[in-house]
Amino acid sequence: MTDRKQNLIDQGMQDLNNDGIDRRGFLKCMAWAGTGLVWTMSGGIPVSRAFGKAIDHGAAKGGDFSFVQISDSHMGFNKPANPDVVATLQAAVDKINGLPNHPDFLLHTGDISHLSRPEQFDTVDQVLKSASAKDVFFVPGEHDVLDDNGKSYLERYGRNAQGAGWYSFDHKGVHFIGLVNVMNLKAGGLGSLGGEQLEWMEKDVKQLKHSTPVVVFAHIPLWSVYPDWGWGTQDSAQALGYLKKFGSVTVLNGHIHQTMQKVEGNVTFHTAMSTAFPQPQPGKADSPGPMKVPADQLRSVLGITDVNYVRRQHSLAVVDSNLV
Amino acid sequence: MTGKNLWMVRLAMTVMIAMLLAGSSSVKASGSNNPPAAPAEVKIDNFSFAPQTLTVAAGTTVTWTNRDDIPHTAVSTDGVFKSKVMDTDEKFSYTFTKPGTYPYYCTIHPKMTGTVVVQ
Repeated sequence: MTDRKQNLIDQGMQDLNNDGIDRRGFLKCMAWAGTGLVWTMSGGIPVSRAFGKAIDHGAAKGGDFSFVQISDSHMGFNKPANPDVVATLQAAVDKINGLPNHPDFLLHTGDISHLSRPEQFDTVDQVLKSASAKDVFFVPGEHDVLDDNGKSYLERYGRNAQGAGWYSFDHKGVHFIGLVNVMNLKAGGLGSLGGEQLEWMEKDVKQLKHSTPVVVFAHIPLWSVYPDWGWGTQDSAQALGYLKKFGSVTVLNGHIHQTMQKVEGNVTFHTAMSTAFPQPQPGKADSPGPMKVPADQLRSVLGITDVNYVRRQHSLAVVDSNLV
Repeated sequence: MTGKNLWMVRLAMTVMIAMLLAGSSSVKASGSNNPPAAPAEVKIDNFSFAPQTLTVAAGTTVTWTNRDDIPHTAVSTDGVFKSKVMDTDEKFSYTFTKPGTYPYYCTIHPKMTGTVVVQ
């Protein structure tokens, strides 16, 4: 039997049981997830729909929930690409508060601050207090651990974390893992998790059932988006290796200030927009520095990511929406 | 001395002074009475150090200036020098006293690398 036929059969089986497990077919897909598109995973095939034509979840059933990812608020940034990052973070919170399904909590995937200054963290904490979801889970970006090796970040956000700030928790049957890949970066290298964290992660997932949906979140992409600009993590393959046994893995990252999605086997990778300023598409500019867009277009390239978990679908639906 | 010879001497001196001013970074120390080496600069633009390799005489003070909208650092790979985080238009200086090759990088964006060669 050809691989192609086998893939089609596998896919058909998944459509029947829709459990996302045992996917032999290898689907490699990289797509620009334009703002306002809904991405869902159904039997390993990413499906896009126009934002607003919501996925029909019906009434929220027991165990179903959503959470929102925000990223790269860069509090303290005041250059032409966005002179008012407080206002755009507040717009993101307003957007969250207007969502039809109230999220259970928020994930912030790093670069909370621009320069790791206490007053910058204070401002973000203050703005996020107005969010309907009161729990916020953070991982640091490289801008949050400047000069003091992450000490002030850990004092503020790392009370329940290990090492440089990594941790895991469970919520309504989904296992969440927050990773740190912005510490001890080596000259010429990419993001790095490091041996101690990888060892911890291997133990952390060992006892979980294969059917447990897993969400991994970290600042720098855990897939190779564009290594020339440092958009990747050098030891991410080892981390992803520990997740092979799981039927549903969703990886959420920030850092690149734009949405991008890739599906590989059982893993959906997704990056979020920033709430502060956009960055250019890979290789489309001299550097990954802040991209200036006309002021009236800024909010169309900033945004939030709403993630919906529906138990019977055994997959997470990722919905990006901008701040317009 | 004829007028022509005087003109030649003046020209030669002007050229020597110009060479000293402009090319001091590549002038080798040849005696103990040399004046201190002129300072040298590295500009940070578009997530890169320019020049990427800078060659200076021992005793030269090198100043890095960040001209990006994003903070950067200049940190020696071998632990010889370490800047604080430089925000836009901020500077960091270090005086290189010993000859050698000094690789460095931005610890925030480690793809950014450079080298100072001290002769």
